Amino acid sequence: MENQIIEPSGLRPMGTRKNSKVVDQTVVEIVSDSGEGAQKCGQSLGSISAKMGNGVWTVEIIPAEIQPPARSREGASGIRVRIGSKKVTNMGNHANLVVALNEQVLYGRLAQDAYKEGTVLLIENKWANHELEHIRNQYAEAITEFKAQGLDVREIPMETECLKLVRDAQKGKNMWVLGMLCGIYGRDMERAEEQVRGIFRKKSEKIISSNLELLSAGYDWALNNLEFNYEIPAMKLDVDQVVMNGNEAMSFGTMAAGIELCSMYPITPATSVSHHLAENFEKVGGIVHQAEDEIAAIGFAIGASYAGKTALTVTSGPGLALKTEFIGLAVMAEIPLVIINVQRGGPSTGLPTKVEQSDMLAAIYGETGDAPKIVFAAATIEECFHFVILARKLAETFRTPVMLLSDTNLATGVQPFPRPKINSEWFASPIDQSAWKEGVGAFQWSAETGISKRPIPGQKGGMYTLTGLAHDEKSRVAYDPDINQRSAEHRSRKMAAFQQTLKRPAINGDAEGDLLLVGWGSTLGAIEEAVAKAQEEGLKVSSIHLRFLLPLEPGLKDIFSRFKKVVTVELNYSDKVGDPMITSENRRYSQLAWYLRAHTLTDVDCFSNVFGQPMSPAKVLQFIQNEVKK
Amino acid sequence: MFGLKPDLCSVPMPETHYGVDDYAKSTARWCPGCGGHSILSSVQKICKEKQYVPEKTVFVSGIGCSSRFPHYMGTYGFHGLHGRAFPVASGIKFRRPDLNVFVITGDGDCCSIGAGHWVHAVRYNMKMVVLLFDNSIYGLTKKQTSPTSAIGTVSNTHPKGSVLPPINPIQTTLGISNASFVAQTTDWNPAHMYATIRKAADHPGFAFVRIVQRCPIFMKDLYADKAADPDSVILLSHENGINLDPAIAKTFKRVIEHDPSDIHKAREYAELRDGIPVGLFYQNTENPCYDDYGAHNLGMTVAEKTQALEELLDKYMN
Repeated sequence: MENQIIEPSGLRPMGTRKNSKVVDQTVVEIVSDSGEGAQKCGQSLGSISAKMGNGVWTVEIIPAEIQPPARSREGASGIRVRIGSKKVTNMGNHANLVVALNEQVLYGRLAQDAYKEGTVLLIENKWANHELEHIRNQYAEAITEFKAQGLDVREIPMETECLKLVRDAQKGKNMWVLGMLCGIYGRDMERAEEQVRGIFRKKSEKIISSNLELLSAGYDWALNNLEFNYEIPAMKLDVDQVVMNGNEAMSFGTMAAGIELCSMYPITPATSVSHHLAENFEKVGGIVHQAEDEIAAIGFAIGASYAGKTALTVTSGPGLALKTEFIGLAVMAEIPLVIINVQRGGPSTGLPTKVEQSDMLAAIYGETGDAPKIVFAAATIEECFHFVILARKLAETFRTPVMLLSDTNLATGVQPFPRPKINSEWFASPIDQSAWKEGVGAFQWSAETGISKRPIPGQKGGMYTLTGLAHDEKSRVAYDPDINQRSAEHRSRKMAAFQQTLKRPAINGDAEGDLLLVGWGSTLGAIEEAVAKAQEEGLKVSSIHLRFLLPLEPGLKDIFSRFKKVVTVELNYSDKVGDPMITSENRRYSQLAWYLRAHTLTDVDCFSNVFGQPMSPAKVLQFIQNEVKK
Repeated sequence: MFGLKPDLCSVPMPETHYGVDDYAKSTARWCPGCGGHSILSSVQKICKEKQYVPEKTVFVSGIGCSSRFPHYMGTYGFHGLHGRAFPVASGIKFRRPDLNVFVITGDGDCCSIGAGHWVHAVRYNMKMVVLLFDNSIYGLTKKQTSPTSAIGTVSNTHPKGSVLPPINPIQTTLGISNASFVAQTTDWNPAHMYATIRKAADHPGFAFVRIVQRCPIFMKDLYADKAADPDSVILLSHENGINLDPAIAKTFKRVIEHDPSDIHKAREYAELRDGIPVGLFYQNTENPCYDDYGAHNLGMTVAEKTQALEELLDKYMN
């Protein structure tokens, strides 16, 4: 549908910028009802900034419903964009500026402590004169309240300004807002135009010029009506960069690994990996199978892996729970398989669109029986790409399922990273169809490493019946009591063999001190930013960030021994001593802390929560300050 | 180069000739008198007749007495999880059109714990032969009610008799969209069973065969009278049906002429209560097969993939 332009005239000259204040980073939020295009607006701002050479991190603000009622507090939909002069690794702390298309959607964000005193609020003012009295009242009350909370409220005639250019302001207001933000933050308008043309590339030229009009009008409005504007100096980009979110990076990683099958069942927040694959997989010889359920999804992937190339299944918490029996089979029968688990809040259906790191122990120990498999976690969006390639290699080398953990924060966060140069060695080899060596069993475990070579259907002489029953070297069902013990030893030995190849984790900071923070997964950026600030303040704090969880990276006990205190920083639940009924004896630790305590016999403590929000550097810094002072 | 292109499915048969022994492995450990033994013999005979290359043939099963079947075959086998043979078999076939795939399942495996997969496997209509060993009882766990147990069946979970009517696996399969081959036979008529499985093996899609099977240990009397009484079995006969030796066909006292292209009649006959209908209920060789979709872009080279991926990455460039 065309949103008719009142007077088309193309991109107009822009107002001049003066008295810009230079800042090294800023956090902007755009919140609205669902469907108003706030995310598109913020993604565009992020993309334009990344292209200019700024560091960028975006976090989507997603309501649980597809179309929640308009103007509802729970229905806030939007995006946070953090833009910096250097690489940005996390969502930052409080927003510096927020654009709101109505006042109701701000309440939820305020409750989540997204803003602080002085945060500039640019709010659509059309509600002040709304035909319905209760809406006018709601708006007035909210403005009073926001001011009382210390927000720097600016009521903006967004609708009125848009109506000067288009007949329906609902369509295109996000582009006006984008223009306004480009004006405030001195964004390159040629890149902005390029961005807008990209968004509407499938639309008519009329629609494109209409949106460009809105973009430049917003820009001019900001310069003519706001007394502030900023510059965020950019880096000189010496390497090519790509910009994408973690799920897209995982899709790219899958394709670059030469994986040719993704078997999945829709589940938030993992599904968009398969969306990206569904759109692009065909071009690299791959295919997405949408199975009838989570169990079938992994069963299908296991069948494909057994008979050919290592396949992928992608899921999130509840789906992982359903897959456990098949994961156990893949461990028992040593079937290479890549399992991506994009973690969300749990248990049960939990917080489908929010971040948590609560599946670590389920990933490591979720199966019945002893079921060792490789478990590792990506900490950055770039790692989301490279770790899928690594996962496929590990799965084949060690003939095992490999679980790669991500989370909502990485899945939906957008960040630039150096463009990967596709390496032919990343791709899976064609499957071996040569004759199987006579006399070699289907599980001829190496006594040294536990590793054995798998026969693939089609290999003459390799015929065996894979079974989930305890079995011997020739895959014969175990009737001898020694076999189960022996086969378990060999499966476990593979983990040890792999562990021997791992390096000690790098220490961010001095190798000794008062406090060592230990993180894993998407909290990397927030932890390192907080640690850097604390170090500037002279605090003796360092951090390490684990990627491999099973097996664990070596040297941890030794590293821990050089710090007075070791604390994990995690987005999963832990009890706090002092809360009702909680004692130091019955206290339940967060997952990595529990695991590290068991592994290193070190008194590892934890700083964790399950608010469903990414970890912020400010919270970690505050924790460090309190902890070191103790 | 490894025979994975779809067009290589038609690779000429090698000169090696496979005998029945090439399809056999260890001695079957089913109870004496179990119907499994005669099904195994029929299947091995059909493999030989079709000259399936043993390394290109995979028997996939779930869990249960019947699901031990792959251990007794000289081919590749996948003895997986209870109820989950269908997804595994579908995954095997999806990217390996060159493999001959069989699914061996039981009444608990298929019609109870794996019922969800059964429905969808029928709809996928991938080329595979599915043999449902239906003895109306859980044998491996020692006599519990099965979803196909007749109402009133006394078992360890229903000592006073089961209380619900059984699922009719034929009717259920016929009710699923994209069903393409639905047949029934009995283990006590090996000639008919052989001819039925043989017809299934020739079918270009998902060939579902329910084998009414006796369990001599836990359901000794269930089919004892029927196996002895020729009147208890009704033969569905047609020129497009099961190709039965005329001498064998003559042994059936009750015969219904049934055109297997008629799904409505098929559903009507699936409900026959006064005897066990055997033969081909329904066949349609025109239905879409999901394996055609799965195999359509096999065999892309690393160079092709690299180029496509680089082009794709260009779109994400700053």
